[in-house]
Amino acid sequence: MQVTININGQSVSHDVEPRTLLVHFIREQAALTGTNIGCDSSSCGACTIHLNGEAVKSCTMLAVQADGQEVTTIEGLADGDALHPMQQAFHECHALQCGYCTPGMVMAAVSLLDEKPDATEAEVREGLEGNLCRCTGYHNIVKAVLQVGGAK
Amino acid sequence: MIPVAFDYERATSAEQALSLLAEHGDDAKLIAGGHSLLPLMKYRLAAPAVLIDIGRLEELSYIRDEGGELAIGALTRHFDVENSDLVQSQVGLLAAATAEVGDPQVRHRGTIGGAMAHGDPASDLPAALIALRGSLVIDGPSGRRQVDADSFFTGFLETALSEEEMLVEVRVPKMPESTWSFQKFNRRAQDWAIVGSAVVINNDSCGVGLVNMDSRPIRASAVEEAISNGASATEASELAAEGCEPPADINAGVDYRRHLARVLTRRGLEESGR
Repeated sequence: MQVTININGQSVSHDVEPRTLLVHFIREQAALTGTNIGCDSSSCGACTIHLNGEAVKSCTMLAVQADGQEVTTIEGLADGDALHPMQQAFHECHALQCGYCTPGMVMAAVSLLDEKPDATEAEVREGLEGNLCRCTGYHNIVKAVLQVGGAK
Repeated sequence: MIPVAFDYERATSAEQALSLLAEHGDDAKLIAGGHSLLPLMKYRLAAPAVLIDIGRLEELSYIRDEGGELAIGALTRHFDVENSDLVQSQVGLLAAATAEVGDPQVRHRGTIGGAMAHGDPASDLPAALIALRGSLVIDGPSGRRQVDADSFFTGFLETALSEEEMLVEVRVPKMPESTWSFQKFNRRAQDWAIVGSAVVINNDSCGVGLVNMDSRPIRASAVEEAISNGASATEASELAAEGCEPPADINAGVDYRRHLARVLTRRGLEESGR
């Protein structure tokens, strides 16, 4: 069936099977491969994107469920060459090593601060519980999020 | 992982969803947020021939103050329940239990109705609803009916819903003066509870619902009775596993689950001021 999703401000329309997952639509139909597939079972958060401005796991949504909606992926965060403040903070705080979790982690972190601009360190840690990172031990990720916003 | 192929229908009203259910019967499944159903479909443990998407029925997404009760539309997302001032002030236990479901991404999609209709004994919300003595409003070909939480959950992933019926509303008694506690034991953040205990004390009445202590979410009746007969938290919680037939799995055996039920219920009662 025909599915049309506004991804990063561009309307992307494709005829796909109803069982097509949103993450596959993003990676294969829209050719945006910044969004990673990790566990593929809504545990790890690598596939986190924004649906109408809120973080969701795109491996656990059908593309048809996002038909007519707005999606933002990691590619849609930066303003041209200027990194989004969260991306900049991840860079400055060395909040990544291998980088596999990073797109999902950044998207989850942006959504978290949208909802809780004054998040405490504990709230940041809890707010990122849906995203796994096997490299960093989370410490620098939390530091990056608190550099952008949160309770000082 | 990709689900088995299915036909997709998007309902534009609750009425249409019911007629689609009547048309497709046993072959169809309703999908709302999809955070219980889609994983099952991806693992190919479920393979409905038809998926009826009710996720956009805004008419079923609401939280209303209806005098003695709050009425919560089945399609109200966990995120909206946990952040609702009304739920927080009137039914604190429900807000707290909802905040324990999955993680923020999951709570942006999952709905209260979906969590109830899935009927998973390891799920947090059904136990909280049992403790709160809530009820569920079901719509179907023969009209609306209301079922209390104890009779709604009938077995492992089984509920009182028939194939042609749809859960439309969850109702919970308001209890602004209540004290409560939601105790959940798991080994990793965001995991299902190995055992959980939802406790609410409202005036002299006590409600205790247990997570993952039987094939369905279950009431700890013996604890409730003991508390109303004046037992202490320690005495009452000793009875928490009475009548339960907990599952054994890689996380915990039967005896350990019984132990957890007693410990978590004692902590819950104590945190609720008993």
